[in-house]
Amino acid sequence: MTGYEAGEMMAVAAARRLRDGMACFVGIGSPSRAANLARATHAPRCVLIYESGTIGAKPKHLPLSIGDGELAETADAVVSVPEIFAYWLQGGRIDVGFLGAAQIDRFGNLNSTVIGDYDRPKVRLPGGGGAPEIAASCKETFVMLRQSPRTFVPKLDFRSTVGFGDGPGARERLGFTGAGVTAVISDLGVLEPDPESCELTLTSVHPGVTVDEARSATGWELRVADALATGEPPSEGELAALRALKTVSEENG
Amino acid sequence: MADIITLKEAIAELVEDGQVVALEGFTHLIPHAAGHELVRQGRRGLTLVRMTPDVIYDQLIGLGCARKLIFSWGGNPGVGSLHRLRDAVEHGWPVPLELEEHSHAGMATAYAAGAANLPFGVLRGYRGTDLEARTRVASIECPFTGELLSAVPSLRPDVGIVHAQQADEQGNVQLWGITGVQKEVVLGARRSLVTVEEIVPELEPRPGAIVLPGWAITAVALAPGGAHPSYAHGYYDRDNAFYVEWDRISRDRDVFSAWMKRHVLDTADVGEYRRSLVGAGAAA
Repeated sequence: MTGYEAGEMMAVAAARRLRDGMACFVGIGSPSRAANLARATHAPRCVLIYESGTIGAKPKHLPLSIGDGELAETADAVVSVPEIFAYWLQGGRIDVGFLGAAQIDRFGNLNSTVIGDYDRPKVRLPGGGGAPEIAASCKETFVMLRQSPRTFVPKLDFRSTVGFGDGPGARERLGFTGAGVTAVISDLGVLEPDPESCELTLTSVHPGVTVDEARSATGWELRVADALATGEPPSEGELAALRALKTVSEENG
Repeated sequence: MADIITLKEAIAELVEDGQVVALEGFTHLIPHAAGHELVRQGRRGLTLVRMTPDVIYDQLIGLGCARKLIFSWGGNPGVGSLHRLRDAVEHGWPVPLELEEHSHAGMATAYAAGAANLPFGVLRGYRGTDLEARTRVASIECPFTGELLSAVPSLRPDVGIVHAQQADEQGNVQLWGITGVQKEVVLGARRSLVTVEEIVPELEPRPGAIVLPGWAITAVALAPGGAHPSYAHGYYDRDNAFYVEWDRISRDRDVFSAWMKRHVLDTADVGEYRRSLVGAGAAA
C-alpha cells in the first residue's frame, strides 16, 4: 500500500457509501469529489444531480462550480432551478443528499451561515444555499467534514440545516420526509446516528486513528459504538481514480 | 415587442436609484455587462436580489451600490468567500448592507410565485432552522390536509435583468444550457432587460432552450461577451481562473477599488472591459 493523506481516506470512505444506481444530490467541493470518485469506481450508474438543474451529469473533470458547462453538456436532462427543487427534490425522487458544512452538532444539525452572532458576525459564511431542503427531503443525507473541536461543536452558532433537530421525533414534528443524516464522514472516521437517541456515534475509525484522537477532536462527549469498526485503507484503484480527478484548470496547470 | 437599444440606454431608462433589481443567471449567463453599466452610471441604494450573489454582486456591493441584499448563497463558487460582501456585512464597508436571507428552494419558490402573479409561494422548508426567525417566511396550514408548510412572499423586482445567447430582430430571446431562474425573473419583474451575445435574423430552435417572446420583455441590448467571467453555453467557457483570481483582487479594499476603476469605471462598455483584461493579463 502506498501512502495517502487523511483527506484522501475521507473522500474514499465517503465514496464507498454511495451505492450504484443511487440518485445523489451533490454539494460542491469535497462531496462532489467523493461522488465523482464513486462514479469512477464502484458506482458507474450513480446519478449525479447538481442544484443548477443538471440531472445525471457525467463530467470528465471535477467541476469548480455547481454550474460548470460540462455538467450541462453531459447531463441526461437540464431543468430549471425551480423545477429541480420542487419536482425532483421536494418531489421525493432523490436517494441521498451529499453535503459539507462549517459546523455540526451531536444531532447532525449543520451551520453554514455564520460564525459568531448573526447580526454581528465574526465570519460571514456563504449561507444555507440548497442544503436545508436537501437534508429535509432526500431519503438520507451524508455529511463530509474534517473533525476538530471547532467543527464538531456542542452548540452551533447558527442552525442552517436540520439533521435530527433536538433529538428523537423532531423530524417527524417538522414534517420532513427523509431519514435525515445517516452518516458523517470525517478525516478520522465515520459517525452514524444512534437508532434510539439520534445522537451521532463513532461507528468506524480510519486505519491508524485511535478513539482518543476522535474524542479529542470532538467538542462534545463522543459516544463510541460497542462494535467499533476499522475502515479499510484506500485500494490502489481507489487512490489512482481519486488522484486522476482534476478540475480543467488543474489539468492544464 | 421589446425595444432593441444599447445597454447604456437600457440601464438609464429602466433602473432608478433605490429600486429592487434582480440580476439572475445560475452560474451560467450571469449578466456582468449590465452590472458593470449599473456601476458606471452610479446607481445607489439598490435592493439587489439574486440567489447566488457571486462576483457580480461582490463588485456592486464593494462600490456601495446596494443598501439591501436578498439572497440564498453568497460565496465564490468552488473558491470561498465573497470578500466585498463579507466586508459590507462584517464592517459596514463601504456602506452597511441589510440582509434578507433565504434558502435556494425558498427563493426559487418566491420567483415562481412572482411569475405566477401570486402573493406568496409554498414549500416544505425553513422549519426547524434558525433562518425561520430571521427572514420573511411564515407557517401556513394546508386547507385540505392540515399539514404545516412554509410560505415565502413572492419576488416581484422593479427590474429583472438576465443574459441570453440570442435575440432576433423582433426582440424574441432564446437561451439554453443551464437556464436557472431566468424565465421566472423576467416574467415576475415589472420591467425586464435581456442582454444577448448576438442578434440573429431568425432563432434556430435548440433542445432544452427557453424562448421568451419579445412582447414579454421590456428591452433587449446587445452585449457580446457580457457574461464574463461567467459563461455563455455555445459561445465561451466559464473563466474559472478569473474566479480563483477574484479571491486575491477582492480581499483587499484598495486592490479591489483600483481594479474596478481600471477595468470597469474607466472602460466605456463590455468591449473595452474585455480588451482591458487582455492587455493586463487575465486578471491583473
